[in-house]
Amino acid sequence: MASFKPTKVQFLPKLGEKVTEETLYWKNYKSPVQIKEFGAITKIDFSPLPPHNYAVTASTRIHIYGPHSQEPIRSFTRFRDTAYGGRFRGDGKLLVAGSEEGLIRLFDISGRVALRQFKGHSKAVHMTSFLSDGFRVVSGSDDLSCRVWDVPSAVELSSLTEHTDYIRALAPSKLNPDLFVTGSYDHTVKVFDMRSGSSVMTMQHGHPVECVLLYPSEALLVSTGGRYVKVWDLLKGGQELVSLKNHHKTVTCACLSSVGNKLLTGSLDRHVKVYNSSYKVVHNFDCDASILSMAIAPDDEALAVGMTNGVLSVRHRRHQKDKEMLTSRRRRGPSYQVFVKGKNFVPRQDDFLVSKPVKQYLRKYDKQLKSFEVSKALDTALQTWTRTSKPDVTVVVIIELNRRGTLKNALAGRNEEIRGCFCVLFFRHIFDPRFSRPLLMVGDIVLDLYQQVFHQSPVVERLLQRLMEVLGREAELQQELLQVLGILDTLFTSLTPRKEIKTVLETTSNNLLAII
Amino acid sequence: MVERSDIRVVRCGGSKVNLRPPIISTDSRFVLCASGDLVKVYSTRTEEWLHSLQGHTNQVTGIALNPANHLQVYSCSADGTVKLWDFIDGILIKTFIIGYPLFAIYVSEKHEGVLFLHVSMATDSKNECFQLVAVHPPKSAEQEVEAKEMSVVSSHISSNPSCTAFGRGGEYIAFARRLQLNVYFFRKQKTCSFSLKATDKKGAKNAFTCIACHPTDDCIATGHEDGKIRLWRNFIHKKEYTYSTQHWHHNAVNTLCFTPEGTHLLSGGIESVLVQWQYGAGNRKEFLPRLGGSILHISASSDGQLFCTSHSDNKITVIESSFKVCGVIQGLVKGDAVLTDLMIDPRSIALVLNGKPGHLQFYSLLRDKHLYNLDIVQQEYIYEAGLDQFEVVKAAFDIKGSWLATVEERGQKSSDLEFFLKLWAFDERTQSFVLNTTITAAHTDRIISMCFSSSEETTMLVTTAEDGQFKAWCQGADADTQQDQNFWSCDFVGSYHNLKPTNCSFSADSSLLAVSFQEVITIWSPETWEMLTTLCQPPGVIRDLCFGRLSCSKYLLGTTTRNLLCCWNLLTCALEWSSSVEVSKLQPDPLSENVAAFSYQSKHTDLFVFKPSEPRPLFTNKNVCSEKVHRAVFVPREEPLNNCDESSQWLNRSQLYFLTQNMDLLTFSTATEEDRMLSSSKQLVIDDSVAVTPFYLLLGKHRQQQQKLNTQSHPAADKPQQPQGSVTIKELLHTPAHVLPAASVLCSMFVNSLLISNTGVQQDPLREEMDSEKEEEDSEEEMEACDSQQELRVQGSVDEVTLKLSKAQERELKRVRKTDFSWMAGLIDSKP
Repeated sequence: MASFKPTKVQFLPKLGEKVTEETLYWKNYKSPVQIKEFGAITKIDFSPLPPHNYAVTASTRIHIYGPHSQEPIRSFTRFRDTAYGGRFRGDGKLLVAGSEEGLIRLFDISGRVALRQFKGHSKAVHMTSFLSDGFRVVSGSDDLSCRVWDVPSAVELSSLTEHTDYIRALAPSKLNPDLFVTGSYDHTVKVFDMRSGSSVMTMQHGHPVECVLLYPSEALLVSTGGRYVKVWDLLKGGQELVSLKNHHKTVTCACLSSVGNKLLTGSLDRHVKVYNSSYKVVHNFDCDASILSMAIAPDDEALAVGMTNGVLSVRHRRHQKDKEMLTSRRRRGPSYQVFVKGKNFVPRQDDFLVSKPVKQYLRKYDKQLKSFEVSKALDTALQTWTRTSKPDVTVVVIIELNRRGTLKNALAGRNEEIRGCFCVLFFRHIFDPRFSRPLLMVGDIVLDLYQQVFHQSPVVERLLQRLMEVLGREAELQQELLQVLGILDTLFTSLTPRKEIKTVLETTSNNLLAII
Repeated sequence: MVERSDIRVVRCGGSKVNLRPPIISTDSRFVLCASGDLVKVYSTRTEEWLHSLQGHTNQVTGIALNPANHLQVYSCSADGTVKLWDFIDGILIKTFIIGYPLFAIYVSEKHEGVLFLHVSMATDSKNECFQLVAVHPPKSAEQEVEAKEMSVVSSHISSNPSCTAFGRGGEYIAFARRLQLNVYFFRKQKTCSFSLKATDKKGAKNAFTCIACHPTDDCIATGHEDGKIRLWRNFIHKKEYTYSTQHWHHNAVNTLCFTPEGTHLLSGGIESVLVQWQYGAGNRKEFLPRLGGSILHISASSDGQLFCTSHSDNKITVIESSFKVCGVIQGLVKGDAVLTDLMIDPRSIALVLNGKPGHLQFYSLLRDKHLYNLDIVQQEYIYEAGLDQFEVVKAAFDIKGSWLATVEERGQKSSDLEFFLKLWAFDERTQSFVLNTTITAAHTDRIISMCFSSSEETTMLVTTAEDGQFKAWCQGADADTQQDQNFWSCDFVGSYHNLKPTNCSFSADSSLLAVSFQEVITIWSPETWEMLTTLCQPPGVIRDLCFGRLSCSKYLLGTTTRNLLCCWNLLTCALEWSSSVEVSKLQPDPLSENVAAFSYQSKHTDLFVFKPSEPRPLFTNKNVCSEKVHRAVFVPREEPLNNCDESSQWLNRSQLYFLTQNMDLLTFSTATEEDRMLSSSKQLVIDDSVAVTPFYLLLGKHRQQQQKLNTQSHPAADKPQQPQGSVTIKELLHTPAHVLPAASVLCSMFVNSLLISNTGVQQDPLREEMDSEKEEEDSEEEMEACDSQQELRVQGSVDEVTLKLSKAQERELKRVRKTDFSWMAGLIDSKP
C-alpha cells in the first residue's frame, strides 16, 4: 500500500544574484541612520584612534561625530567660507582642513580655534592631508599648485605646479613620509617625491580625476574619474591593471575596507558598489541622492556616506548580539529535554523491538485533499497569509483540484468575500507566466458561476473593472513586444551571412569520411 | 540429424494474472492464478513464482480447488477441457474433454463429483448466450476422458463469472443477470427470481455487477453499478424477501467476498480501496486504501487468515486478516495502450514501458519478473472513472543508462495540454533513478519524439514538438543558474520553414543529427548547430528515421506514410535505393548492422530484416501476426548464439521483441534456443529428483556403490551405463501415490516396455524427435517412446554419435538416457 503523495509545490531556481559569503557579509548592515547637514558633504574622515570618531566636512563647518551619536560631539565653525577636506592626523589629535578662500587651518581636536593657518594658495583648497611623519601638511588647490607646509613653523616648504588643472584628489603615502599622490582635472595622476621635489610618475586616467587611493601595501593605486575606476600597478611603473565601468555617472569617491581590502566606490548615480578581489561587483548599496563622499570605519564597523543634499547616512554593522536580542524576545519553545525524552533509550540485548510506523506529516490542505474535502482545501489555500506570501501554494492547490476534476465544485457557492479575494489574486499574479494559465482557468469558471450575482456587490464589480483595465494594458504591452520581436527578427536575418551550398556539401562529406 | 533453424514467433511472458480470482491453497502456502494458458503457482510468503501447470492450449478461464482433495485443483480453459492437477508437484492428473469453450468453473463441497461450468452456447455470434451446466465427470482410470453428461442448470446467465455464487454449503446457487437475481434451490429444483427497476427516482443504476453468498447464513450480497451493496434475506419464500442497502463505493462494485466464517464481507471497486464490512453490524467498516489499480477480484483463504485481491494493473496483493499488505505479485502491466516505446534499460537489460498510471515499469524478460516501478508523475492518483490524469507518454535512455528522459502529458482530449519534460539521473547508491531536472514549458506544443545522442562523452537530448521546433538540451549550459552545473537546460532551438518536425535521430557516433520535417529530412551538425544538408524524397510524410550502424553508418533510412522505404547515402547525399513497402515500424539493432522493418499489408504483418547496404532482405517472415506492429525492440542476449545458418544469424546477438495492437508481447525464437531451453528444463527435472525419498535411499545407495564399482573397473565408463535412472522410474517413484494409476495397470505396461516391439522401427524418426521435445508428463506415452527409441539406438551406429556436432550429441545422449535400463539391474540386485 502506497502512502498518500502530497501535492508538489514547484520550486523554481532564483535567477540573478548569486549568494556568496561576501554578499552575506555586506548585507549584514543595519538600515542607515540619516543625519542632516547644512550643505553638500564633501569629505568624511574616520579617526584612526578608537572610538573612531569621524569628521564630516559640509558647508562652512566640520562636525565630529561619535560612533553611535547622532548629534556632533564637536564642531569647528570658524570658517568664513565653505570648508573642504577635513582630515585627521595619524594619531587622531590634529585635524587639517582647506577652504574656499584658500586658507588651510589646523585644529586641535579638543580645541575650537585654529592652531595654525597656512596662507599661500590663491584659490580654493579642496584637498589637505598630513604626510605620514605628522609634521608636514600637503594641500592641493584650484590654483594648479600643490604645496607642502611645515606644521611647527607654519611656513611653506615647497610648491609643485606640475598639474595643468584643478587638483581635486590627494593621497599621502603611509610608508614613506616624502611620497604623495595627486589627481587632477587635467586627467593625470602624479606621484610626487619630496626628496626630488618633482613628480616621479605620471599616469593618464583619461577623465578628470575625482579621487585617488593607495592600497596599504602601496603597490596598487586606485583613481576614479568620469565613469571609470582604474587600478594602477605602481611597482610595474604605473601600468594599468584594470579599468572598471560599473557606474553610470561620475565616480566621486572610493575607499578600502579594512577587512580584506575590498574596494568600495560611490558615484553620482547614487550607488555604492563593493568589489571583490577580482574586481567583480559583489554588493550594491542604494542611497537617496548623488554621493560625494564616503568613508568606512576600521574593522568595517560603520559605513558613512555623504550626499549632495546634505544628508549623511551612516550604516552600522549588525552583530551577533543584536540577533540574539531579537530571538530572545520571541516565545521560547519546549526545551530540548522534551524532544529527547525516551529517544535515547538503548534496547537491551534480548528486548523485543516493536517498530512504530513513521507518521507522515502533511500540510493542512494536503490532509483535506486526502480526505477529498475539496472546498475546505481551497479555503486553506486562499488564506490571506498563503495567498500573499506563497502564491505558488495557492496555485498548486488550484491545479490539483482541476486535475481531480473538482475545481468547479470547490469554487461554487462562495460568498462575496472569497470572490473579491480571487479578483485580488488575479491582479497580482495573472501576468506571472507560472500562474497565468491556472488563474485564467479559475477566472473563466468564476465568471461562469457568478454571472448573475456579480452586479449585486459594488466591491466585486469595482475589482472587476480594475481587472479589465489591467488586462487591457497587458494586451497592449504584448502587442508592442510582438512588434519589437518582429523588428529584431528582420535585423537578425539581415545580419546572418549567406553561405555557399557547395562548401556545406563538402563539409558533410568530409565529416562522413572521418566517420568511416 | 540436421540442424533445423526455422524461426518461430513465440508469445513470451507477461500474460495477465488478473483475469480470474486467484486461489489460496488450504494451508495458505500457495497462491494459484490463471495466466494465459498456464496456471501459475506462487508462494504467499516470498511472492516468488514457483512453477506453472502447463497443458492447456488456450486461455485458462477458471480454477477451483477440488473439494474432495485439497491438494488438487481443477482448471478450465477456452480450449474446452477441464484438467485436474496436483498443484504442489505440478502434475496433470486428468483431462476431461467438454467440447465447448468454457468460461468459468464452480465447485461445491456438497456436490462432490459435479463440476459447474460456464459454457458459451455460441449458436450465433450476435447474442452470446451463456449457460451454467453441471457436468458429472466419469470415473475412469484413463488420462483423457470425454465428459458428455451435462445437465443445464440455467440457460440465461451473465457473461461475468463473478455474478454466480454458491450459497450456504451448496444448498442453492445464486446468479444475477442485468437487473434480475435468480436463486436455484437444488433440493426443490426450483428457481426464484427477483428483479429490480433499472433506475430509481434518484437515477441510481441498479444493474447487478457481482454476487456473494454467506457461507452459513441465508444471505446473498449483491453489488451494483452505482456502488450500492444489497444484502438479500428470506428469499426462500419468494413473496417475503427483504433486502438492506449499504452504500460506500462511488462507482460500480467489482467484487464481493465473504470471509469463510461469515463475519465480514469484503468489497472492492475502481477506487482501489478494500472495504471490510462487519456482517450484521450495519455500517461498521474498515478500509485499506491505495492498493494499486482498481480491484477486480477478492478471494479469501479457507482459514480466513489471508485475502487476495487482484487488480487491473496485473497485480495480486496478498493481505493478512489484520488488514496489512504482506505481499505483492506483479505481472507485466499492459494497459490499454503502450504510449512509450518499448525500451531496454542498458544497465539491467530490462524491458521498460509505461505500466501503472504515472509510472515506468522495469520488467526482466529473462526471468519473466517485474523488477520495479519508477514513479514519474509523483502525484496522488485518483481512482475515478473518466478522469484525465498525467500519463507517461515518452521516455528515452541514454547509451550508458545513466540518464533517463521522460515526458508526461495530461489533457490529450481537451484543448489545454499540460506536459512536463523530466530528466532522471541514475544514482549508484540507491540503484535507481533520481529526478534531476523538471522542465515545465519545454515546448509550446506536444513533444512528438526525443532521442539522446549516442556518444559516450557528452550527453545531449533532442526533442521535437508540434510547435515546429526542435530543441537540444544539455547539462549545465545555462549561465544564469550556476549552482551545480548539474541541471539540464536548452542549448539550441532549430526549425525549418515552420514545418512540423516528425522524427529525430542521431548517427552512431553522434556527429550528425537528422530531423525530419514532414517530407524533408534535415541533417545538422550538433557541434556547430549548422544545417548541413536536406534530403527530400516526396511523396509522403516521414514516419520513421534511423541511421545505419557499424559498417553501414553512412546510410540513413527513412520510411514514409506513402509506402516507401528509402535509404540515402550520406557521402553522396543521394538516394541509394528505395522500395515500395508499407512499413509500420523500423527498428535498428544496436549491436549489428541489421534493421528490422514490420510491414502491414492486407491484414497481416510481415517482417523484413535487412542491411542498409543492400536492398535484399536477409530474412523474411510472412504473416507474423494479424495486427499492426507499432512497437518493437532488440534485446541484447546475455551470451551470443552461434547460429551459422544465414536466415537466423541476425538473431545471434540480440533478440527481437514486438508488441501487437492486442498488447501481446511476442518474440522470435530459433530452434537452437528452444533446444537449449528444453535441455535446461530437463536438467532441472533431474536435479529435482535428488529429493530424499525412501525409494531413493534404497536404490540410491546401492547405485552409488555400483557406480564406484563401475568406475573402478571401467575408467572410461560408457555414458548410457551411468546410473542416472530412467525418466520413467523417476516419474514412478516421485509421483505421489494418490495420483498414480492402479498398480495392476502399471505392471502390464512395465512388462510391455521391457519387450522389444516390432512396430517401433517403422515409426518416423522425425516424429520421435517431436515427441522427445515435449515435456514427458504421462508415463504411457513415455513407455511407447522408450521402446521405439531403443530400436533406434540398436540400429544407430556408435560413430554417428561421436561424429556429430555437440548439439546433436547432446540430443542423442538425452535420448539414450531415456532408454537406460540400468535401474532394472539395480532393482533385481536389491531383491534379497
